[in-house]
Amino acid sequence: MKTIITSTGDNLASKFDLRFGRAGWFCLFDRTTKSIDFIENSFKNTNGGAGTKTSEMAAKLGASQVISGDFGPKAKTMLEKFNIQMIILNESELSVQDVINQINQN
Amino acid sequence: MKIAIASGKGGTGKTTVAVNLYYFLSRELDNRVKLVDCDVEEPNDMLFLNNTELTEKKDVVTLVPKIVTKKCTFCKKCSDWCEFNAISIVKALKFAEVRNDLCHSCGACSVACEFGAITEHAQPLGNISKYKTDFGSGVIEGRLEIGSAMQTSLIKEVKKSVDLSEDLILLDAPPGTSCPVVETVSDADFIILVTEPTPFGLHDLQLTVDLIRELKIPFGVIVNKAGLGNNEVFRYLEQQNIELIGTIPYSRDYASAYSKGELLTTISDEIAGYYESAVQRIIQIKQSA
Repeated sequence: MKTIITSTGDNLASKFDLRFGRAGWFCLFDRTTKSIDFIENSFKNTNGGAGTKTSEMAAKLGASQVISGDFGPKAKTMLEKFNIQMIILNESELSVQDVINQINQN
Repeated sequence: MKIAIASGKGGTGKTTVAVNLYYFLSRELDNRVKLVDCDVEEPNDMLFLNNTELTEKKDVVTLVPKIVTKKCTFCKKCSDWCEFNAISIVKALKFAEVRNDLCHSCGACSVACEFGAITEHAQPLGNISKYKTDFGSGVIEGRLEIGSAMQTSLIKEVKKSVDLSEDLILLDAPPGTSCPVVETVSDADFIILVTEPTPFGLHDLQLTVDLIRELKIPFGVIVNKAGLGNNEVFRYLEQQNIELIGTIPYSRDYASAYSKGELLTTISDEIAGYYESAVQRIIQIKQSA
């Protein structure tokens, strides 16, 4: 199962990004294989539709879960359509590694 | 001739000035003046006009695409062509959808699709109303559908419905400096910027001046609510060599009349005098155009 963690940068030491549509990077973490990939969010500076497009990206990446600080209304409806679970984590001080550690502990 | 009335900051008195200019210019120009309310998100001009009669009302629609998934090959070309991120395609999930609230009705996706998978459907954009007023040659008002973000398209239609043979057309623009404002003022022969002598008023006036200079349209300024704030705006106009077409003093009585919709029924001689001198200057501008 693949989980996307929104990240401000391209490595595990980067801070967790509280934004979804406007997140800098997506960390794609595979719980089964433990593989980790960082994908840049090319829609972070788009004028409109960032939430829609990033949701589409999440679906293409095959994620079944997204962890972020919050989800906008457009992102919410799209992620629901794609049957991707949204997990809200309101902790801006965590690094992506911290979030992965939490997942692994659960 | 087309004169647009714009402001950077909202609440400077753009509607007040537009309605008053419509009144005073109609008197001077034998009623050959049309007022066009292009502030389609909140058209207010009609609130201040009495004895009006609706003569025409038409709905305006815009076309939005729909994807027929049966015919769609999920090639993504339409989505790639869409400048507004309105189309989402996920091949693996056989997912193809358009978000109407992001669509700008440009039609690019219909041209892009090689498989006839895109059909177009009418969506309400708003309406255009024409009114007879007891002076002037009438008002045209655009009113945007609630929830629509397509102001610019509606303003375009509103402007198309104006008879260009009219002696003078006053275009009341929305506040701000974004697309709807550009759409309203872009083909005007002259622009009147309404501001107030406050730091906010000046700041937003400067933004608007930058925009209008970019558009290369001659313009002048009316300072409304003079006596409030400070003198910075007058200093700025002098420094920038911008014409001050008129100054309307702040009056509590006038503001109170405004709040009751009695903008034109209780004009004091003092306020009328200020408008009359601004109108004389506008007529000069019109004659020299």
